[in-house]
This record gives sequence, C-alpha cells and structure tokens, in this order.
Amino acid sequence: MGNLHDRVKERWPHAVLELHDDRGDETVVLMRDDFTVIMKALKEDPEFDFQMLMDLTAVDGKDLGWKPRFEVVYHLYSLSKNHRLRVKVRVNERDALMPTATTLWAIADWFEREVWDMFGIRFEGHPDLRRILMYDEFVGHPLRKDYPHNKRQPLIGPKN
Amino acid sequence: MEVKTLEQTGGFTSKLDDMVAWARKFSIFQYPFITACCGMEYMSTACSHYDVDRFGAGLPRFSPRQADVLFVVGTISHKLAPVLKHIYDQMADPKWVVAFGVCTCTGGFYNNYATVQGIDTIIPVDVYIPGCPPRPEYVLDGLMKLQEKIQIEKKAY
Ligand code: SF4
Repeated sequence: MGNLHDRVKERWPHAVLELHDDRGDETVVLMRDDFTVIMKALKEDPEFDFQMLMDLTAVDGKDLGWKPRFEVVYHLYSLSKNHRLRVKVRVNERDALMPTATTLWAIADWFEREVWDMFGIRFEGHPDLRRILMYDEFVGHPLRKDYPHNKRQPLIGPKN
Repeated sequence: MEVKTLEQTGGFTSKLDDMVAWARKFSIFQYPFITACCGMEYMSTACSHYDVDRFGAGLPRFSPRQADVLFVVGTISHKLAPVLKHIYDQMADPKWVVAFGVCTCTGGFYNNYATVQGIDTIIPVDVYIPGCPPRPEYVLDGLMKLQEKIQIEKKAY
C-alpha cells in the first residue's frame, strides 16, 4: 500500500497530471473533466473516506506566468483514517469554470462563493453563486493579481 | 430676619450651560459598535479591572436611540459603512463619536480594497484613540478628553 497520492495515481492514471508530497503534504493535480468522479470516490470509497472538505481556495499565478492561470485547491481530511490530501485543478482565465463540490460536501457552498467573489472562478451547479464577502455593487474580483491594488469602490463617502 | 448670603446657605451659582454639560459628561450612555479585535480591549476597559463606570460611562445601550456616544471599535469595511452611518443617524442629539483604534482613525494598516480609510470620511469624529489595539489607559484618557470636550461645548438642550 503506497502513499495516498500514489494510490490515487494508480487508480486514475490518466486523470492525475502531477503529484508531489512537499514536506509531507500529499498533493495531486487532477484534470478538470474527471474531477467530480474522482472526488466522489475520494469521499465515498472506504479506502480514502474523506468526509471533510477542510478548505477550498484558489491561487492566481498571473505574476508567476502560470498557464493555465488559476489553480483551485481542495484540502480533504478523513476523520476515520486521520489522513489528508490536497487536490488541485488548473483552470484557464477564459474558461474559469469548475464543477461544484456542493453535491458532495455542503460546506463547499460558502467556499465556492468566496472563490467566485475573490477570483472570479465560477462553479457549475452551485445552488446560489453570489458574492459572499464583497457587496453586490462591487465590480471585479479583488484577489486577482490584475485588480489594481489602489482601486477603491466605497458605497458611501469619498471615492478614493 | 437675618438675610443669609448664598454661600452661607450652602448654595452656589452657575450657568445652566455648565450644569447641563456637567451632568452630561458624567452620564455617558455609549453605543459600542464593535467589529473586530479592538473589541477585546473595549471589554477589558469596560469590565471591573479598569472600571469605566468611574467615569459615568458604565452602561452601554444596545439601541442607538438611547445612546449619546458612539464608540466605533474595530475595522470598518466598505460593506459595513452604510450601516455605521445609519446607526449614527438614528442617535438623538446631542451625540458624540469616539474612533477606537487605528483602524477606525485612519484605516490602520488595512489600506486595501475592503477597508474604510478612517471613519471620519463617513461620520464626524470627536475623539481619536490610536493604538492597535489601544491599551485601556489610552481609552480612559480618550474618555476623559471627551468629557472635557462635552464640558466646554455648547450643544442645544
Ligand atoms: S486597530 Fe488593531 S486591534 Fe483594533 S481593530 Fe484594528 S487591527 Fe484590530
């Protein structure tokens, strides 16, 4: 029985683009097309048994010259097995769309709204994809590296 | 009948303005508008160790309509700014505002897309208490400065 990420690679060799365990954090990079099927298996298969989605976030690699530009990151944790796995999926700026994880973990609801709000990555199948931190009047996605660092959009008071 | 002077009767003369101001400065009903970490220091000031009741400010009101001093404690985001303004507008005159902590004074180190760069861009502020968070001694000092201000101010009654 190999490491977790090796087992994922063995089982879905065509879907795993990359894997590493930098400082013990096991990570797999998946293809987007196989994402939902693999996540479902990771949650429900007793071998993996990831009941918890600890965190869901994204990284904008614009300044690092990443192609595709974004990485959506999922941190999974298994209560019964006490093991963790980090799952990453790369998405393009033009096609910034992910399948939702809300059908598997209800907590993904607010996380996905946050990623939409901050990075402008949409989640297909999300029940209610609205901004969660910023206000509806806000234009743009502030954690994108091309959002001007001094741009302000106050609701009331002086504009800048 | 012997006529007593005012001093002999134990009375004293004053101006109505001064009397009202004196009463006001020792009966501050505050509205704590607490949003962030400064709230911990506010609690410490308000509780028995530093005992803000010594200054007549011991009874926070949780309705702006019953309060005279708005304590803005913690980071104010642009999303929250209209709420703060609304609360301020609901308070009855005479009213005062205390900016508690650098976040409320200037935005502090949060010079970013989300944070109001000083609540005085939205509502008038009477006393600024800097610090991140300010120590309770700072807060009491600010409160005493506010009392001085209330004493010399001429507000309608
Ligand atoms: S001034 Fe400092 S302690 Fe107070 S709310 Fe801001 S960050 Fe928190």
